[in-house]
Amino acid sequence: MENVTCTFCGAVCDDLYFDGDEFRTKDFCPLGEAKFSRKKRIEYPTIDGKKVSYEEAVERAAEILHNSKRPLLFGWSSTVNEAIRLGVILAEKVRGIYDQCASVCHAPSVLAMIEEGIASGSLGQIKNRTDLAIFWGCNPVEAHPRHPTRYSVMARGLLTKGRADRKVVVVDVRKTVSALMASHFIQVKPGTDYLVFSAMRALMEGYEDAVPEEVGGVRKEKLIEFVEMIKSAKYITILFGLGIAHTRGHDRNVENVIKLVQLINRYTRCILQPMRGHFNVVGAGEVAAWECGFEWAVDFSRGYPRFAPSEFTGVEALLRKDCDAALIVASDPAAHFPRAAVEQLKRIPVIQIDPFPNMTTLLSKVVIPCAISGIEAEGTAYRMDGVPIRVKKVVESEYWSDEEILEKMLEKVLKLRED
Amino acid sequence: MNVIIITGRTTEQGTLVEDKLTHDYFKSVNYCELNKEDFARMGLKEGDRVRVKTDYGEVVLFARKNVIDETHIPEGMIFIPMGPYANQVINPGTDGTGTPQYKGVKGIIEKTDENVIGIPEILR
Ligand code: SF4
Repeated sequence: MENVTCTFCGAVCDDLYFDGDEFRTKDFCPLGEAKFSRKKRIEYPTIDGKKVSYEEAVERAAEILHNSKRPLLFGWSSTVNEAIRLGVILAEKVRGIYDQCASVCHAPSVLAMIEEGIASGSLGQIKNRTDLAIFWGCNPVEAHPRHPTRYSVMARGLLTKGRADRKVVVVDVRKTVSALMASHFIQVKPGTDYLVFSAMRALMEGYEDAVPEEVGGVRKEKLIEFVEMIKSAKYITILFGLGIAHTRGHDRNVENVIKLVQLINRYTRCILQPMRGHFNVVGAGEVAAWECGFEWAVDFSRGYPRFAPSEFTGVEALLRKDCDAALIVASDPAAHFPRAAVEQLKRIPVIQIDPFPNMTTLLSKVVIPCAISGIEAEGTAYRMDGVPIRVKKVVESEYWSDEEILEKMLEKVLKLRED
Repeated sequence: MNVIIITGRTTEQGTLVEDKLTHDYFKSVNYCELNKEDFARMGLKEGDRVRVKTDYGEVVLFARKNVIDETHIPEGMIFIPMGPYANQVINPGTDGTGTPQYKGVKGIIEKTDENVIGIPEILR
C-alpha cells in the first residue's frame, strides 16, 4: 500500500510503502522499519499470568480501577486520539490521575510554552523556508532519522532548494552522529544551556561587554559569530531536544530559548520546534487539553480536573505513593521511569494494554494485548508540529484495538458506579 | 573517576524498543560509552565492566569506547542509552516540574569484576 503512515516517531512520515501480506517496507528509516516488522506479541489477555478472555480481563481491570482510591492512568503516546479521548474520560470517571509520556519527555518544554507562548510553524514551513537550522540538544539522526531528509536539512523546499541553501548548526554536549551533518558544531558544557542562551540574548541586544570570554565552554568570538549568522539568516528554525528539557533547570532552560527566539524575531524570522518523541505524544497532550483543559499531570480525585506537574505526573505520584493502582496504555514505565518510581509500581495492581510484551508486562496483574495503532488499527495522530494525520489499518488482526478495549472498560466502570 | 552522566536515545535502542524482553534489547541498553582517553586511563578493554554510582543508585554496565569514531564524548562524561539500566542511576527528583533529571547527573565510575545483571533481576 502506498502513502502508509509510520507510527513510530513524532515525524509521523506519511509517504511510505508497506506490503502488509509480506511485511515488506520501502523508504522507512531503520526505526520505522523495525516498527513495521513482525515481532513477538502478547498472545492473549491474562490475569495473574493465567489466560482469560478479553471480556474477563476488561471486567477485572474495571473492578480494579473502580475500587482504587486514586488510580494512575499513564502512557498514551503510542496510541491514537480516539483511544486517548476515552482514557481521559475514564480517568475522570474513576477519579484518577491522567498522565502521559511527555512527563518523562518534553513536558518541561510544554510548561515553558504555557508560560511564554511559542513562535511556531509547521514542518512544511521548515522545509520550504528555513535557511538556518539549529539543532540544540537533540540527535535527529538517531531519534527522528527522516526529519533531516524530509524537512530540515537536505529537504528540497519551495524557497530553500536543498542542503546547499541551508546552514546547519548542531549544539550539544557531545559530538553526536547528527553533528556530522552540520556545517557548524558548537560543544557546550553539560547543564550550561541556560547561560549560553542568556549570553546570546545579551549579544543580540548589543551588550557585548556583559558577556565573559567564555560561556558554557564556548569562546565569546564563537558566540558572536553564531549570533551574526542568526541575524543574517532569513528564516531560522531552532529544533530542540531533551538535552535542554532533561537537564538541571528543565523548563527554565526552554523559557530562556523562547525568550531568545522572541528577540531574534525583532531582527528576522525564527521559530522553535521541540523534537517530540513518540508518534502521538502531541495527541496525548492535545486531546487531554480539549477534554479537560490540561495536557498532562491531571488529577480528577475531587471530581474536577486539577493540573499540578509537581504532584500529578506519573513519576511524582509514584514517588509519593499517591496512587494505589495503575492502568498503563501504550507505554513501558517499568523501563523508562527512575528506579524509585518503579519500586512503587511493583507494589500496586497494574493493568497493561499493549501490543508487545515489555518490562511493565512483567509486573502487571492484568495484561490486555491490543492491535498496533497505525498497522492493525486506524485513527488520528498529531505530528510533532501539531498537524493531525490519519493513520491507517494496513494489516487485518484478531486483536481488539485500544479504542475498543477502553470503550468496554469505560462501560464496565459506569455500570459499577451505577450499582 | 568523577563523571557527568548523559542518557539518550540510540538507533539500536530505538529499533528494539518494541522487543524489550530480548537479549538484543538488553545489549542495546546495558553499556556506557566513555571518552577514549578515559577508557585507556581506567585500564579498560572491550568487554570490561564498570560500576556507575550516583546519589540515587548504582549499576554495573559494560564499558565501551566512543562507538563511532568520528563522534566524540568529552573527557569526564559517560553516555548510557535510555532505559532500565540508565534509570538505576539518574536523578528521580523533578524540581517541581514532574519530570526527572535524566541528563547531567553527577556520578562516579570504577572498574569492576561483577557481572551485568539481566532485566528480570533489575525488576526484582
Ligand atoms: S522518521 Fe520517524 S515517522 Fe519517519 S519513518 Fe522514521 S521512525 Fe517512522
